[in-house]
Amino acid sequence: MIEFPMVSFENVTKRYGALTVLDNLNLTIARGEKVAIIGPSGSGKTTVLRMLMTLETIDGGVIRVEGEPLTHMERNGQLVPADQAHTRKVRAKIGMVFQSFNLFPHMTALQNCMEAPVKVLGLSRDEAEARSTELLEMVGMSNRRDYYPSQLSGGQQQRVAIARALAMRPKVMLFDEVTSALDPELVGEVLQVIRKLGAEHDLTMLMVTHQMGFAKEFADRVCFFHSGQICEEGEPTAFFQNPQNERSRQFLRAVLEAG
Amino acid sequence: MWDWAFALEILPTLAKAAVVTVQVTVLGFLIALVVGLMLAACRVMLPGTRFPISLLVELIRSTPLLIQIFFLYFVGPSFGLTLDALTAGILAVGLHYAAYCSEVYRAGFESVPRGQWEASVALNLGRWTTLRDIIIPQAIPPVVPALGNYLVALFKETPLLSAIAVMELMQSAKIIGSQTFRYNEPITLVGLFFLVMSLASAWAIRRVETGINRRYKR
Ligand SMILES: Nc1ncnc2c1ncn2[C@@H]1O[C@H](COP(=O)(O)OP(=O)(O)OP(=O)(O)O)[C@@H](O)[C@H]1O
Ligand SMILES: [Mg+2]
Repeated sequence: MIEFPMVSFENVTKRYGALTVLDNLNLTIARGEKVAIIGPSGSGKTTVLRMLMTLETIDGGVIRVEGEPLTHMERNGQLVPADQAHTRKVRAKIGMVFQSFNLFPHMTALQNCMEAPVKVLGLSRDEAEARSTELLEMVGMSNRRDYYPSQLSGGQQQRVAIARALAMRPKVMLFDEVTSALDPELVGEVLQVIRKLGAEHDLTMLMVTHQMGFAKEFADRVCFFHSGQICEEGEPTAFFQNPQNERSRQFLRAVLEAG
Repeated sequence: MWDWAFALEILPTLAKAAVVTVQVTVLGFLIALVVGLMLAACRVMLPGTRFPISLLVELIRSTPLLIQIFFLYFVGPSFGLTLDALTAGILAVGLHYAAYCSEVYRAGFESVPRGQWEASVALNLGRWTTLRDIIIPQAIPPVVPALGNYLVALFKETPLLSAIAVMELMQSAKIIGSQTFRYNEPITLVGLFFLVMSLASAWAIRRVETGINRRYKR
């Protein structure tokens, strides 16, 4: 049996009007791989994650998840636009954590985590509660399970958001600058949770981050984006010590200077 | 000028009419709330309905309620829609205010951040589940005061139904007046009734508002 890559972008193009944001992007991610996406502002990092989460349409190429096209489906050997059912089936393998948390403000931490397992997976309330409690425990939030998002700090909200995404048992987790909206002293607790997740060998993780230290320590691979293309990619230690591309060098120098 | 005995004598008749007025208000407003929400939800969920619905809403809002009442009651039958006066009246009032309410709901929907929809997609929630569980509970609390204003407005327009002889308060007062040639008492009592009820419902709406805020607005 052929082992498909967990995710593959094949010649993926994304445009906003005249602006080409992603230009024939090719990117293959293996099962369990932890990939850090870095690059200057506007280089298309968020767009990559949003397309994989089906929050953006795709203007060219194909995205596959375990070999299955995401926004297309195969009919008579042809790729046609996917219907709702197909998209939902493939999308079920993917979870996402947002920069601005996006917790549901009218639900407690526990209810946030239980909503989708009950409504989408059809779990009983007891099963969903058990699963959610366990995950809230994992992110260190079980003592706050009955709090509303407005009663939680940013770091706590983000940890609940991580638990909420995990409750759907995704195979791929997407993180888009999940610590950028946090006060500096709260960043550590969220990174700690992500580190814990990294120990799960099966979970594939894609992370857009401006934290070079964390990328270096955590990722199996770093992809440096520039103007909608991968300029350079590689093993983190090598990449950070000895970047090959002039643009990556410039970028790393600028980031270093900024501290 | 003012005859207490007469006022007391007509009170039971007016009370019966008041029941009709309240009935028109409650049922009409229920229709307005439900149909208004459906219209607003369709606009959000089914892009194809956006244009026809905004056309319909504009049509209803730019013609007088009185004409709509007449239309439903007198012109309806030639389209095979024959209704008794009370039903036609309730329906006309309900649909008229549904148009206004749908705009209120629309503002409520637009006030919910896009990130809420996106988080729902990321959790693979269906679109209608998202609407029901995530969007509506956030969209409605902020518009309760605006909806409440329309309840009071609707209530105050129910006398229009006297034009198709629905036995609500105004019609009842007019009949008493024409039979007894005394208008002071019936018209004053009806006015008082509207005053008291309007104040009472404004108060009730504020109660609902604080209740909802306690429950939802976090
Ligand atoms: N909805 C949109 N409409 C028009 N242009 C957009 C839209 N979303 C993103 N863009 C543009 O696409 C480009 C890539 O955006 P993207 O958000 O992917 O960048 P990014 O690498 O995540 O940047 P940052 O580090 O600032 O988050 C930018 O030039 C941005 O202005
Ligand atoms: Mg971004």
